[in-house]
Amino acid sequence: MPVLQLPARFTRLRAMIVKEIWALLRDPKSRIVLVLPPLIQLFIFTFATTLDVKNVDIGLVDRSGGVHAQELLQRIEGSPRFRDVIVLPSMAAMEQAIDEQQVLAAIVIQDDFDQRLARGQSATLGLVLDGRRSNAAQIVAGYVSQIAGGYGAELAPISARQGGSSAVTHWYNPSLDYMWFTLPGLVALIISIAGIAITSQAVARERELGTFDQLMVSPMRVHEILIGMMMPPLLVGMFNGMLFLVVAQVAFGVPFTGSFLLFIVAMIFYQLALIGMGLLVSAMSMTQQQAFLGSFIVTVPLILLSGYAAPIENMPDWLQVITYADPVRYFLIIVQGLFLKAMPASVVFHQLWPLGVIALVSLSAAAWLFRARME
Amino acid sequence: MADPIAPSVGVAAPVATATGIVKIFGEARALDGVDLAVVPGKVTGLVGPDGAGKTTLIRVLAGLMASDEGAVSILEGPPAERLDAIGYMPQRFGLYEDLTVRENLVLYAEMRGLPREAQESVFRRLLEFTDLARFQARPAGKLSGGMKQKLGLACALVSTPPLLLLDEPGVGVDPISRRELWAMVAELTREGIGVLWSTAYLDEAELCDTVYLLSEGRMLFTGPPAELTGAIHNRVIRVTGFAERRREALTRALDRPDVIDGTLQGRAIRLLIGEGEKVPDAAALDMGPDTQVTPTPARFEDGFIERLGGGPEGTSALAAAYREIPASDAPAIEAKGLTKRFGEFTAAQDVSFTVPRGHIFGLLGPNGAGKSTTFKMLCGLLTPSEGSGSVAGYDLRRAAARARSSLGYMAQKFSLYGDLSVAQNLDFFAGAYDLSGAEAREAIARVTEIFELGAHLKRNAGTLPLGFKQRLALACAVMHEPPVLFLDEPTSGVDPVMRREFWTHINGLVRRGVTVLVTTHFMDEAEYCDDVTLIYRARQIASGPPDSLKAQAARLTGKDDPTMEDAFIALIEASDADGEAEEAA
Repeated sequence: MPVLQLPARFTRLRAMIVKEIWALLRDPKSRIVLVLPPLIQLFIFTFATTLDVKNVDIGLVDRSGGVHAQELLQRIEGSPRFRDVIVLPSMAAMEQAIDEQQVLAAIVIQDDFDQRLARGQSATLGLVLDGRRSNAAQIVAGYVSQIAGGYGAELAPISARQGGSSAVTHWYNPSLDYMWFTLPGLVALIISIAGIAITSQAVARERELGTFDQLMVSPMRVHEILIGMMMPPLLVGMFNGMLFLVVAQVAFGVPFTGSFLLFIVAMIFYQLALIGMGLLVSAMSMTQQQAFLGSFIVTVPLILLSGYAAPIENMPDWLQVITYADPVRYFLIIVQGLFLKAMPASVVFHQLWPLGVIALVSLSAAAWLFRARME
Repeated sequence: MADPIAPSVGVAAPVATATGIVKIFGEARALDGVDLAVVPGKVTGLVGPDGAGKTTLIRVLAGLMASDEGAVSILEGPPAERLDAIGYMPQRFGLYEDLTVRENLVLYAEMRGLPREAQESVFRRLLEFTDLARFQARPAGKLSGGMKQKLGLACALVSTPPLLLLDEPGVGVDPISRRELWAMVAELTREGIGVLWSTAYLDEAELCDTVYLLSEGRMLFTGPPAELTGAIHNRVIRVTGFAERRREALTRALDRPDVIDGTLQGRAIRLLIGEGEKVPDAAALDMGPDTQVTPTPARFEDGFIERLGGGPEGTSALAAAYREIPASDAPAIEAKGLTKRFGEFTAAQDVSFTVPRGHIFGLLGPNGAGKSTTFKMLCGLLTPSEGSGSVAGYDLRRAAARARSSLGYMAQKFSLYGDLSVAQNLDFFAGAYDLSGAEAREAIARVTEIFELGAHLKRNAGTLPLGFKQRLALACAVMHEPPVLFLDEPTSGVDPVMRREFWTHINGLVRRGVTVLVTTHFMDEAEYCDDVTLIYRARQIASGPPDSLKAQAARLTGKDDPTMEDAFIALIEASDADGEAEEAA
């Protein structure tokens, strides 16, 4: 009697979903734990992972002592990028200053600097960078060459143009505020950590409580149990995603230029892919402790291979292939695109279908493993 | 090794005393003014159901927990200063499962600071004592439940303490290993050690020299066990030859005002008569012309029930409201050649039986013998390697979901959602068994009333008193009125009054046509079965009604009127002897 079976199926599924949601949300403390730490993480990490280089000291060894050198020094001192310009008496003093991390970089003005410029020749500026902090140093190098280039262009507009200096404008992030770049990425990361951590506990919790057998002898089907277990992390993830969206705009002023609907759709796909992986970990684990460790083993590579920390193009080829299985990789592109450049649906879809494939594969594998691990 | 306890016969000074112990957890008074003394050279029993406060008291004695009121003294000093004098074996002894038997012993010897040169002789003595010498190289995790307990005991004994605290050493241990443990303890007391043995099994109380009967944090009785049974001497009778079916007879007897407790014992019923009542004769019982009434020795459990104010009435409200399961000639449960192999290891070999509608069938056997495997195959938790099974006419392979919706399941360990409220648990299990809307509301209201859960609906199931957990578990198992019930050691550890209440419901349901499959190594529960099968080393070694198993055991041992436990042990020993004869041949 297929007509009668349909409502019966929903009865069980509904009971399972309601039970799972209660299990996660009944305790007021656990409700707070699900929302507050991710939010705090978002705040802390946004400030912590800033790629902006502000508040750095740089050194200056002026061996020329001329007017042009003075002018350049003033321009550098006037730049908001640097806190202090420390004038160093000698190359030896410069070496020591960098060695002791007193300064991140030092500008060396050669003794013929002024003379060459006075003769209308091009002059070279030496820049010593602290390679131990290569990222920040690279950025400082950029700032310094920008300032020096600007000064040079003023002195000899024609020669500069001939030299083919480039004029850079930064699309989508005109003021080069790095928060605009890091914060959408953090949304992807924090959601993945929370999603996998919550899901991985689901099956393991039942096993540890001794309720697993009780569940398995009921007429509940495997897919009903798994769908029930997917619901709470999905809801928590969606809630946190919305919250982050609001916080990003209100608290950090990062604009959301894309389609909200696309964001929701992408979030659902992303969550399903993560939940599939979390359930896989959960079905493999016999205890909650194993599940907890398992979620670590999965989450860390997901983040490192996502392209958030290091560009995927810089990875060796074989590793790049592995990143195709990483859901964070795709959602990172989507979420950055939707925040900053109003990514259109067709482009989002390119990143969306791999998420769908990952979700399908991982959820099927979890269901299979769930059945297999029953014995 | 210096022997700190040279046999000091005649010294009556207790090795441990506790006076006026009060321990409060939140609002619950786990211990409420408890006194206790452990005397050297004796077994002192700390007896009571789960949740009575036994473990708390032992932890206070061992110096692991401070009491809120009262004083503890071990060898006339505070426990913290006498740690060397205390051997303590917690319920789950801290064996390192990945280490071998020997490595565990070495570890505990080192922790106890036993000198290296003394270790060898101590280990030899302990391994011989526990009969574990053959298993020295085996990881502790691969030992059976009974062997683990023996190893735990050996580890607690590496330094021969004058006081030995054993927290439920008999739990999860089959009757044979339990007897061996008792023999070991008897030998220790001969050496002058004072042993405190805690247990929820009331039959163990009778083996103790002195008993402290603990219930809900209070001492119900202190003294030699014979004193408690002596008080009800002449008030316990055995009734045989009645005309009715035994379950009807028991129900009717329990509904009499002069009967305060009763149990089934094979074909007989055993009744406890209230204080001051006249012991009824056959005519007064009115159970047919052939009825015979004979006095029978009182047991410790009878005394406990008496102190608790008697057992429940015989009529079950649950059964009264239950549907009548339609009569059918087809077996309600059938196992045909069920075999389960895990790799090389065969956990169950060719197990076959049928259970007709309205019968209780018992799967008995020591732990790890294959009874749980058989049980799990029949309720669909394991797929058989060979053979087939059916429940309520549904084949387990082809119609597993239908078979599962025809059975109610209740496990020994409380296996509901402790973090959810009682009402949420009921809602969930109603939905899980396809009850929705008005049907679900009705079923929930019905069990709420029958099991008196109304006052607790909002409470977290995990915080309920044990008795209510038991009721809730049964409520969740029967809400959908299944024709078949699967019970996995349903009443181990609960107090006898709760156990009576539980079996009153089960007996009532059986009269409605419900079929019950129960696994147990608790011989008391076996007596309620119509038929049992004894599984040992993956095979069925004996099957039949409890009385016929007892009769077989009587032939084997020459003992007249053996208990179910005697039968269990005799049949297993006979099977071992057969096995050895076969191997020799």
